[in-house]
Amino acid sequence: MIKKKKIETNCEKATFIIEKKKLTDLSLKEDLELKIHLLGCEACRIFQKQSNLIGEVALNIFKSPISEERTLDEQYKNDLQARIDKEMDKRK
Amino acid sequence: MNKKEKFVTNYKMNVSNPHQWVENYADYLYGFAFSRINDEEQSRDLVQETLLAALESIKKFEGRSSEKTWLTSILKYKIYDIYREKTASVRNVTLHEAYPRYFDQADGEWQMEHKPTEFSIKDENAVESKEFYRILKLCLNKLPASWITAFKMKFMEEEETKDICNELQITSTNYWVIIHRAKINLRACLQKHWL
Repeated sequence: MIKKKKIETNCEKATFIIEKKKLTDLSLKEDLELKIHLLGCEACRIFQKQSNLIGEVALNIFKSPISEERTLDEQYKNDLQARIDKEMDKRK
Repeated sequence: MNKKEKFVTNYKMNVSNPHQWVENYADYLYGFAFSRINDEEQSRDLVQETLLAALESIKKFEGRSSEKTWLTSILKYKIYDIYREKTASVRNVTLHEAYPRYFDQADGEWQMEHKPTEFSIKDENAVESKEFYRILKLCLNKLPASWITAFKMKFMEEEETKDICNELQITSTNYWVIIHRAKINLRACLQKHWL
């Protein structure tokens, strides 16, 4: 395996910059560090690609509508409405 | 006036009928809460707290929004309180202490066993794959509550970074670290279960 001695940014920092890039603007230094690192590091290139994929799929997962199959039980609902009605009466 | 009072003062009384609230909105609010905090008991309590809080401030409901939107925003406010509690533990997390397991402590390179390799599915297929969704969901559920919360603020509530940091009372650096950590973890989980 070829050692990437001359490249200052390591994989930990590079993957951090990859994520940061999705959230904010990078400094020129960070941008350059990342580009250089990615040129020499296949694992981080794969990480970047997979990170994009995860983001895309996560967005779809969270966007899916509210779980409608879950409902409150009737007893709980009746009690709650009774409590609200009682509070309303107090205010009259 | 505290933040919450200020928030409800934005609404003034118009048409609101609390006698119909449970029938009309309780299940919706419950589902809304559950899909976010994943806890039946807590979601149930939140529905009750929301409706009682709404009743308290009903004079301030103006009808500028629909009743449903108004109730949902009160619930959301309460959910953000919970998000904030859940992220308290990672408020001061730093880059290095966040993921000692995945990278070599000394040189920051990938640990051999965590080094990313290609998934055995093409990206364009993964986006369409039910199985991929299922596994990612499974991996999401395994994340610590504090990380998933930051993730949800971004992907579910679609809040901007500065609003997320405000709501969760974390710095933007904290936030990037949490997202990074969550991504690293999710990716590793996918690799483990997908291959």
